[in-house]
Amino acid sequence: MNETPKPNSFRSGPDEDGRFGIFGGRFVAETLMPLILDLQAEWEKAKTDPVFQKELADLGTHYIGRPSPLYYAERLTEHLGGAKIYFKREELNHTGSHKINNCIGQILLAKRMGKTRIIAETGAGQHGVASATVAARFGLPCVVYMGATDVERQAPNVFRMKLLGAEVKAVTAGSGTLKDAMNEALRDWVTNVDDTYYLIGTAAGPHPYPEMVRDFQAVIGQEARAQILEAEGRLPDVVIAAVGGGSNAIGLFHPFLDDESVKIVGVEAGGHGLDGNEHCASITAGSPGVLHGNRTYLLQDKDGQILEGHSISAGLDYPGIGPEHSWLNDIGRAEYVPIKDDEALEAFQLLTKLEGIIPALEPAHAIAEVIKRAPKMGKDEIILMNLSGRGDKDIFTVGKILGMGL
Amino acid sequence: MTSRMNARFAKLKAEGRPALVTYFMGGDPDYATSLGIMKALPEAGADVIELGMPFSDPMADGPIIQLAGQRALKGGQTLAKTLDLARDFREGDNDTPIVMMGYYNPIYIYGVDKFLDDAIAAGIDGLIIVDLPPEMDDELCIPALAKGINFIRLTTPTTDGKRLPTVLNNTSGFVYYVSMNGITGSALPDPSLISGAVARIKDHTDLPVCVGFGVKTADHAKAIGAAADGVVVGTAIVAQVAGSLTRDGAATPDTVSAVSTFVRGLATGVRSARLVAAE
Repeated sequence: MNETPKPNSFRSGPDEDGRFGIFGGRFVAETLMPLILDLQAEWEKAKTDPVFQKELADLGTHYIGRPSPLYYAERLTEHLGGAKIYFKREELNHTGSHKINNCIGQILLAKRMGKTRIIAETGAGQHGVASATVAARFGLPCVVYMGATDVERQAPNVFRMKLLGAEVKAVTAGSGTLKDAMNEALRDWVTNVDDTYYLIGTAAGPHPYPEMVRDFQAVIGQEARAQILEAEGRLPDVVIAAVGGGSNAIGLFHPFLDDESVKIVGVEAGGHGLDGNEHCASITAGSPGVLHGNRTYLLQDKDGQILEGHSISAGLDYPGIGPEHSWLNDIGRAEYVPIKDDEALEAFQLLTKLEGIIPALEPAHAIAEVIKRAPKMGKDEIILMNLSGRGDKDIFTVGKILGMGL
Repeated sequence: MTSRMNARFAKLKAEGRPALVTYFMGGDPDYATSLGIMKALPEAGADVIELGMPFSDPMADGPIIQLAGQRALKGGQTLAKTLDLARDFREGDNDTPIVMMGYYNPIYIYGVDKFLDDAIAAGIDGLIIVDLPPEMDDELCIPALAKGINFIRLTTPTTDGKRLPTVLNNTSGFVYYVSMNGITGSALPDPSLISGAVARIKDHTDLPVCVGFGVKTADHAKAIGAAADGVVVGTAIVAQVAGSLTRDGAATPDTVSAVSTFVRGLATGVRSARLVAAE
């Protein structure tokens, strides 16, 4: 009686209140409620509007460069001596990561809604760059909130955003990372509700953002599924992606959720290890709570105060995770594992040397998990991993840690 | 429903003046000082007390309240201790209504049922939870109402006529009209716009309507008080606390008196409000 029945499909969520099981929802100030309801109504219309869908697809093809290739990583596969490894090459997209998929979709919605100003939060700067890019493309002013700590460690992306015409506001409140940037963006939004569109970068926040961002990112998994069927004539055994807020991961996972034979693995930032608080493994080491508009797994103390996480990767440095991931974890459809800073750093170097691809530190976490798993799998098995971003932005961070002069 | 809240507003109505609703942050900068502040408020002229519950990520607050919360947390404040503040206050005052204000997560982690029981035991009369809109009423609002704790809702300039009934449904105690779109501590909007908004809300409810966000001086309090059943002052009070502290953020002998002197001025403004309105 007490067992939750298994859903007929894992892909039907969220419900009309934005819930994935107990997760998700709309935990926002009243000032924002009417906007969120407007956004939801507009999104419902856009979803089935062929004009919107065509514009989205055209920009996908000609501006982003979709479809991104599915690449067989032959030398990494040989090196590890186990499962065949495929990468979904989202790092080849315009602006260098998957973030642009969501930004293009949302800016089209902002335009439909008659909004004239864009705000965004960013951690690693990838979403900030993608937001600044689409704002430039559509001629809208853009303000990007970025934690002061991140402004420092992601200087190349700050410069890119400025070149693109965005105003980058360094947030010093709290510990000056992604969660503080998100708080500040929410404060801006609540103050400028009339003209401003908040372009959230990950599949988290109040409903309808988790669903909407997922749907814009699901193009990753839809393409990958078709591409692997084309290449191998069958589905992969495992799909793997790094999870911060979790938009690249849910984008890859969602189209595979009902393929029972496909194992799904999300990789969280294990930082310096899970013993202390120096990590960002919200699911592996956190507990359910309410922050930034949704209920989800969070890093928090026993009084419900949110903790500052740590990760070598600014893009994973967030004490929460998208609510759909929390749900997928609790119902057992997906597994979430931590990868530590040093493991990600090794994976970063290995991929660079073996495949001539410099990955971002975020997907380097996923690569580290591939490195662990592939040797234990048979040569007839397949791993499909989302290579969600390129590492140009991280070379200074990595150079500093490795003691290489730049 | 809690008698303290209804009794207080009935009394003010009989006196023909609006309420002065004062916010302070529980535990800022330390437990003892904030208990001193709380005890000083009614004597200085506060009619209703809003007891702030510190939260690490106060998304709807400006920097002044945000920093107050950080000071309180640094001083070891927890939700349990904020309830203790109310309990200690009640030993000397069983009339002034106390409304706890903050964000949902600490309550969710404490446990909703346990929190409500402990809040009732501590003498709490109402709750204002910023990130629980009517769409989330099952979480805390309905359980709170069932146990007899008022759930006070914020309405804002974005709450249009169509949405207003949704927001007012399950609201009790009073209605808190946020006079502008923004975070706490922003500039005060034109009082003439406010009276129109208050009238619009009163078309839909018999509850008292209190107005806040941006009230910083006795003159503001007087102007707003002329148009509403109550005036809420928060950031300006918290700023008095902040201004009295040492460079390291510790309390000084002036901290409590800085607040009570300031609140006394606001009370004078509020008490003269209806004279203006009657002119």
